[in-house]
Amino acid sequence: MYRFKTVMKRRTAVKATLAFGLGLAAAGALPSASSAAEQVKVGLMLPYSGTYAALGEAITNGFALALEESGGALAGRDIEIVRLDDESDPGKAVSNANRLIKGENVDLLVGTVHSGVAMGMVKAARDSNTLMIIPNAGAGPATGAMCAPNIFRTSFTNWQPAYPMGDVAYDRGYRNVVTMTWKYGAGEEAVGGFKEAFTKRGGNIVKEIYVPFPNVEWQAELTEIASLKPDAVFVFFAGGGAVKFVKDYAAAGLKDSVPLLGSGFLTDGTLHAQGDAAEGVLTTLHYSEELDTPQNTAFQAAYQQKFGKAADVYAVQGYDAAKLFEVGLAAVDGDISRRDEMIEAMRAAKLDSPRGEISFSKAQNVVQDIYLREVRNGKNAVVGVAAEALADPAPGCRM
Amino acid sequence: MDPTFFLIQVLNGLQYGLLLFLIASGLTLIFGIMGVINLAHGAFYMVGAWLVWWFAGQFDSFLLGMLAALVLAAALGWVIERTLITVLYEREHLDQVVLTYGLILVLNELQRILFGTDVQGVPVPEQVQGSLRLTENLTYPVYRLMLAGICLLVAVAMYLVIQRTRLGMWIRASAANREVAATLGINVRSLNALVFAAGTALAAFAGMIAAPISSVYPGMGDSIIVISFVVVVIGGIGSVKGAFLGALAIGLADTFGRVLLPEFSSFLVYALMAAVLLWRPTGLFARA
Repeated sequence: MYRFKTVMKRRTAVKATLAFGLGLAAAGALPSASSAAEQVKVGLMLPYSGTYAALGEAITNGFALALEESGGALAGRDIEIVRLDDESDPGKAVSNANRLIKGENVDLLVGTVHSGVAMGMVKAARDSNTLMIIPNAGAGPATGAMCAPNIFRTSFTNWQPAYPMGDVAYDRGYRNVVTMTWKYGAGEEAVGGFKEAFTKRGGNIVKEIYVPFPNVEWQAELTEIASLKPDAVFVFFAGGGAVKFVKDYAAAGLKDSVPLLGSGFLTDGTLHAQGDAAEGVLTTLHYSEELDTPQNTAFQAAYQQKFGKAADVYAVQGYDAAKLFEVGLAAVDGDISRRDEMIEAMRAAKLDSPRGEISFSKAQNVVQDIYLREVRNGKNAVVGVAAEALADPAPGCRM
Repeated sequence: MDPTFFLIQVLNGLQYGLLLFLIASGLTLIFGIMGVINLAHGAFYMVGAWLVWWFAGQFDSFLLGMLAALVLAAALGWVIERTLITVLYEREHLDQVVLTYGLILVLNELQRILFGTDVQGVPVPEQVQGSLRLTENLTYPVYRLMLAGICLLVAVAMYLVIQRTRLGMWIRASAANREVAATLGINVRSLNALVFAAGTALAAFAGMIAAPISSVYPGMGDSIIVISFVVVVIGGIGSVKGAFLGALAIGLADTFGRVLLPEFSSFLVYALMAAVLLWRPTGLFARA
């Protein structure tokens, strides 16, 4: 069996008390008495509060589902999970990671959503040579300039889902495109990926618009786009900002004359809130809930049964993080002291993921198909494969 | 810049400024007039947006949902004033900061427990779903224009109530000197509860009315708190007129900053605040 344990911090303690005061049990907060020696310890450092809480929850669910599928043990070893809320606060990233690495002595560190926090964790994992799997954060350097044998990523780099859209845009006959995103790492890397593919083919970027993060007022920029009259607009937004952008774009009447393209996060987990405004929006991503494959159908059914809702891309990434770790453990019969062999097996892993077949690049970032999706009837319908087995070029990685 | 697009950008700036005024109006009452440093202002805004999302879904009507949400928000403000804020009037500002910061954590957490962590959207009410065509490829949503109108109405109503009515006179008197006002027969206790409840309701109202053009998400109030204080401080603490003009100035500066100086747009608003405060250290229209 696997057990959940939550590392209490002052704020978490307050929250737990509050939840108790209201007669509600804090979900998953089952403190364990003492850790059995034979258990493998996994530290999940994810956002369990704030804007990204839903993503942290989905990743945790995916990870738990993978464990349950193999009877709560991976390669014959019982797994103990320790959860820590990273609060999406980069300032606390290194010290939080060290609480799991040094305080809890975890054998595997999994995290996180926020790129800034993930980079802090990468630093802590490198310093202590702790095995780490990133189940979301797309910051290029984590498997680029900062790559290391003990660091894997089962999600994506920000470049990865955006790059194929450059080809899609060109193939659809668009020649003049305006890009727009928040001025922060993820946005700049995504726009960089799109621009690289699009200009390589001969497309022209009319203007790159950056708005301060996390500002969501962009009437001025929409007016500017209307005055520039491009063939299409490529954007990177996620979460609440993505909902607002897609709605504002449609309300400004631009959707009908200037097609909207985006990295898939624009329409993932946000469609119910975007409503009709999202119809027809084209995005590229490494997953869609609508993928019609036996693996995905089975995964969705199991997830629905256990958690009562559809699995999103974040759940898949969490699920694959556990599957990748299982490959490593299986290769050494659960003997985690044979670390080098474990890493060797994980590097060579080929997983039959709900998103399709995945493997790992030299820089240990996931290699995967990127799907072209169009919003139809409130779903991300899969239109085709925009790029097959796409690997991030991992600039700066010497490994 | 093409004159048509210049005019559209002026419209964008004014509309954003009016929305900023509405967002900051509750803070003008609670911080500006009552003198309570209310960091939970953004949390009240967030509460309004989530309540209208939930009630509008229950009643299948935005207007009914808003009415129910308004009543609940005012009641929340009243209870918070009676139970928590009331002990703080005679204490230092720092105590108010600590308490209202605590309120942010509690309200954000309650929101998560009650409504979950997903991003939600509130549809624009059907009657005002249309849009006006401005140029061949740009339209302007009617709802946004209506929003600007409502913000104007709120501004005028606030100004009249505070400057021209007996109630407004009491509020100003009590803000100037609580003891003297009480000695003169004003029921300061009820008055404070009323003003705090009104401030909370206004903040929540801003969240409600912005919900259809924004989105509803956890922690959405945290991002408006700074700009709300900027509006109140530029305008001059306690001045409705000042907050109104300050909000318009910020709206225009922000809009044109984004178009003309995109590299500096994120701090242009704060540069404007610094410039205003250098010129008038107490804001545009400070109370004497």
